[in-house]
Amino acid sequence: MPKLNWFYFAAPNTFYPLAGKMVPWFAVAAAVFAAIGLYIGFFVAPTDFQQGEGYRIIFVHVPAAWMSMFLYVVMAFWAAVGLAFNTRLSSMMAQAIAPTGALMTFLALWTGSLWGKPMWGTWWVWDARLTSELILLFLYIGFMALQASIDDPRRADRAGAVLAIVGVINVPIIYFSVQWWNTLHQGASVSLTRSPSMATTMLWGMLVMALAAWMYSIAVVLVRVRAIILERERNADWVRDLKAKGATK
Amino acid sequence: MGSLDAFRALVRRDLLLALRRRADVLTTLVFFVIVVSLFPLGVGPEMETLRQIAPGVVWVAALLASMLALGRLFSADYADGTLEQMLLAPQPLGLLVAAKVAAHWLVSGLPLVFIAPVLGLQYDLPWDALGVLMASLLVGTPVLGLIGAVGAALTLGLRGGGVLVSLLVLPLYIPVLIFGAGAVDAAAAGTGAAAHLSLLGAFLVVSLFFAPWAAALGLRISLE
Repeated sequence: MPKLNWFYFAAPNTFYPLAGKMVPWFAVAAAVFAAIGLYIGFFVAPTDFQQGEGYRIIFVHVPAAWMSMFLYVVMAFWAAVGLAFNTRLSSMMAQAIAPTGALMTFLALWTGSLWGKPMWGTWWVWDARLTSELILLFLYIGFMALQASIDDPRRADRAGAVLAIVGVINVPIIYFSVQWWNTLHQGASVSLTRSPSMATTMLWGMLVMALAAWMYSIAVVLVRVRAIILERERNADWVRDLKAKGATK
Repeated sequence: MGSLDAFRALVRRDLLLALRRRADVLTTLVFFVIVVSLFPLGVGPEMETLRQIAPGVVWVAALLASMLALGRLFSADYADGTLEQMLLAPQPLGLLVAAKVAAHWLVSGLPLVFIAPVLGLQYDLPWDALGVLMASLLVGTPVLGLIGAVGAALTLGLRGGGVLVSLLVLPLYIPVLIFGAGAVDAAAAGTGAAAHLSLLGAFLVVSLFFAPWAAALGLRISLE
């Protein structure tokens, strides 16, 4: 039996076909979980006695907010691995994750303000969570802008990695500063902390939707990383062979 | 040449260079004064409102001024090749970066500290709040310079570097803004600014430890 090589898939030419095989699975899983989650969310979960039907937006909002924060950490992790071990694929992963993370952040902000209008009577509150989520969006945009403005991909990877790591150190500081700023200055007029006694079906709907968001993110990131691999390795022999076989799709 | 000698020499050299081009230094200061003076024109001259917004306005203006000054931190040395020599120097690059940031702060950060009370008077801030404003700027502006050095190093020689550096650096400035303005607010409200100033001091220590190292890494990436 050949020895299992953990780094076998760390090379773009071996990872590319593997990613291609995994994409459909994650895409289907995302669709199935989303269908189940939305069904629970819209038909099974009871109407909230306080918030009416409007609360159902949390089935999109909460998973998006979770993913937005989680993806930043994952992005910074891969960027750091790429910086430390000089592995090309890690940096490509980081680059592929950034747009999805930004999308999730935007989605969380957008659905949050849609929820805020009927519940709080305002589109936006300078609450700690809202503010730090907004800053997270800025951090994603900064990462993408820095990478986009450097033509040499290796330099772009490493510069982006330094920025992502600085950002990861700063995110907790920003979060707590925003929280303290909020509590120090104005009374907690609006609290985002939900009542702990959440109906079980609601919780299940949310968890299933979170799984759907995971699967969707993985599928999209894999598709994007495949595109990045092809773009960067376009002069490599194995890409030329793929092209000759007409298998780059 | 020992590391500390190199540090001292680099600070002296940068200060001398700044002294020969005084206009550059004054531009930052004038920018700071103009931005702060614009707000009463936009908001209206009611003293009650002005007193409330004064800490935030002065601090945001300080943020913008120190961000604009970042362009000068490495670019001249980058253009004439001095920076490459610094990378080759036997002294640790982080220390040289720290020296450059220190000189940069003396030239573009410290003047803001001294002009700020005058601007605070225009906004009718009480006396003890003026003292806290100076103290918070004294502790806070070096942090801005240190964090900014990382952004300046990463965007060195890029097209559109000036706008890009603001995009990278301004989100990271937010904690400094919150506690800097918060200290003045707290002093004006009479609750004492010690907590805010201590946190600013903590930021200074942490960024003093990490930022020169990260900026040195950024310079190596940008210049390879």
